[in-house]
Amino acid sequence: MSMREYMLGNVAIARGIIEGGGQVITGYPGTPSSEIVDTLSSMDDRDFYVEWSVNEKVAMEVAAGASMSGVNSVVTMKHVGLNVAADPLMTLAYMGVKGGMIVIVADDPACHSSQNEQDTRRYSQFSLIPCLDPSTPQEAKDMIPYAFEFSSKHGIPVIFRSTTRISHGKSDIELLPVNKEKPQPEFEKSVERWVMIPKHARMRHPRLLEIQKDIKQELQDSEWNNLMINEKSSFGVIASGISYVYAREALDRLGVNASVLKIGTYPLPDDLILELFDNVDTLLVVEELEPFVEEHVRALAEDNGINVRILGKTGKNGEYVPREGELNIDKCEKAISKAFGLTYSEPSPILESNLKLPSRPPAMCPGCSHRASYYAMKKAFGSDAIYPNDIGCYTLGVQGGTVDTTLCMGASISVASGIYQSGEKRPVCCAIGDSTFLHTGINSLLNAVYNKADITVTILDNRVTAMTGHQPNPGMGKTATYEDTLEVSFDQLCRGLGAEFVEVVDPYDYDSAVDVFKRAKEFDGTSVVISQQQCVIDARRAGIKRNPYTIDEEKCTGCKQCVYFGCPAIEFDASLKKARINSMCTGCGVCAQLCKFDAIVEVEK
Amino acid sequence: MNKNNKLDLVIAGVGGQGTILASDIIGKSSVLEGLPVRAAETHGMAQRGGSVINHVRIGTDLGSMIPDQGADVLLALEPVEAIRYINHLSENGIVVLNTKPVYPVTVTSSDQYPDVSEIINTLKKKYEVYPLDASELAIKAGHPQSMNVVMVGAVSSYLPISKNRLEECIKELVPPKTVDINLKAFELGRENISQLIETSAKKP
Repeated sequence: MSMREYMLGNVAIARGIIEGGGQVITGYPGTPSSEIVDTLSSMDDRDFYVEWSVNEKVAMEVAAGASMSGVNSVVTMKHVGLNVAADPLMTLAYMGVKGGMIVIVADDPACHSSQNEQDTRRYSQFSLIPCLDPSTPQEAKDMIPYAFEFSSKHGIPVIFRSTTRISHGKSDIELLPVNKEKPQPEFEKSVERWVMIPKHARMRHPRLLEIQKDIKQELQDSEWNNLMINEKSSFGVIASGISYVYAREALDRLGVNASVLKIGTYPLPDDLILELFDNVDTLLVVEELEPFVEEHVRALAEDNGINVRILGKTGKNGEYVPREGELNIDKCEKAISKAFGLTYSEPSPILESNLKLPSRPPAMCPGCSHRASYYAMKKAFGSDAIYPNDIGCYTLGVQGGTVDTTLCMGASISVASGIYQSGEKRPVCCAIGDSTFLHTGINSLLNAVYNKADITVTILDNRVTAMTGHQPNPGMGKTATYEDTLEVSFDQLCRGLGAEFVEVVDPYDYDSAVDVFKRAKEFDGTSVVISQQQCVIDARRAGIKRNPYTIDEEKCTGCKQCVYFGCPAIEFDASLKKARINSMCTGCGVCAQLCKFDAIVEVEK
Repeated sequence: MNKNNKLDLVIAGVGGQGTILASDIIGKSSVLEGLPVRAAETHGMAQRGGSVINHVRIGTDLGSMIPDQGADVLLALEPVEAIRYINHLSENGIVVLNTKPVYPVTVTSSDQYPDVSEIINTLKKKYEVYPLDASELAIKAGHPQSMNVVMVGAVSSYLPISKNRLEECIKELVPPKTVDINLKAFELGRENISQLIETSAKKP
């Protein structure tokens, strides 16, 4: 009997790495990719090396170095992380690899937890690196050992593209045996191979183009693509990655007969597409995000003088499948109905309700130190100041008025510099998290100091990479596997970059925090405030217990000052016209310091 | 409901209430029952105190997302969230609902939280609704955080999974120190709903 286990997609991918004999695994956390490294780093018994790198570019290069030494390597990241790592990726395609190397990139259609919804398949085309696109978590796991072998055989990395619904979907997964035979590391010197000076790069580029034919053929014949001809129908559907399972179910629900080509690899399987052309009059291409398959299918039809009506996201017939957001069964049913001339009407709501629902946007946790930092910052800088921000839990402060820009990882400091250099006269105070600062903020601070930007940089140091699931970073003195290591001093680091005003403050100490921010504002030049307090979730896990607070109803005047602080633990009782502190209070004590009437008191135990 | 061992379940709630553990108990039990299962979850940014929805599809080998108006059962850990995701429920669907509200942070929003009885009455216009104060039952079981397991107990009789199997998975998935509390929570939820079902069956 086979072994089946209920698993998160990312855990299944981690299992695939083990089954395939992965030896060096690196990554930078980013939703929806983080649990792959988390799973591997939290295993007790490991015969591989795993690290959280400081950013995706570094992670890619570490994995590349391991592969140059002949071992199987993996680098993981979210889609926007590949922008950071794009520099090594593009040249790695020329250089090629020795050990199997997989670049796992998790896309986030619908921006569940991201700043854009870019499509990683474009990078595959751009770099001429093959790409695998699983349709289920099971297939995701099974593709990984295949990818290692394919990569080392053809001497080229393989991009493995997951999406939120693969990575954060759960499924029963059939496990396979673990590959115990692993290549031994041996770096073979070869300057033509590993030194991409122009002369060598010129030799490697034609090689990259030459191997495309073999790559295409082998991927085409792989089990990841599947053509199912339905002789009773002149309709065809091409669906890629996870879109395949949506399209499959939509066809079943509609009872539509159609030939279906399931796509799981890029470059695309031309022979299968041509065979499908021979069997259909109308062809609908179903894929999430970019019309990547569709553009290729159209070009192939054109090139072969094929007269099939091709429908998808583009072309003179208009949009059948949306180009933004994630797909689902409903969107596929709609597209299939429209494409094949079936009547389709949006189901009308079963329950008509005129209840007005309160919105429930994600918010910073009760007792989160970022809220306290922002409150002190705003007190010192005022509402008129400009607050460039960055990417992390602290971006959730957007409703409190201290998040004016968010572009990409590390951009807060550089955007702040740019706003200052533009001649804008209002004070500029940016904020960036500890992990994000170490990711790509260091270079921006150096640039700000060097170019004399008169701004304040706040490092929101909550001692962990919180948003993505509490991964360690160099500021914590722990590696991915929780071994003790160097603990980076933000204070010394910032001074080393040339900052002359660097102060560390505890944001739970409200008056001190306001004082530091005020002095940072007055400072002529780039000032740095390191606002340091452990993430409340981590503190709780570490066993730190603080007494909760409560309202002294005699003293509470109902002024709502504490309510405006925005902590989920503080409520307002409209009938009593008094504030109330609920069971979520973590005892940070900041609201007590804000109350002018001393009406918030600690509950002594 | 349990015909062909297929069931599409939507779990709605608020980040931090333990919707993922609830779906894990059900998902893992399904696999042990030999049923294929798919689930979709909310992670990352959206999770922090936000409105969350999990899909659990027992008996399917396709995608994890339940189509609109496709769910057989809606398990709502919070009243407002039941209304927010009601469009996922099918015409003859069942709502199992925790009546204890979690109030959103009210600072920037002037929205009023609707009356819970009004929420229940609205749902009852079209659906079979089983409301219970799962938060209270969780406290009775020994810890407020076991509310999610009370709700698993409450929905358990609708699942194509045996009671023993669910209990076995609860033991495996909750922190070791809290096993007894959670098993009690499960039992309280299960009993409470069976009483509600009995009462409603007696009505003319």
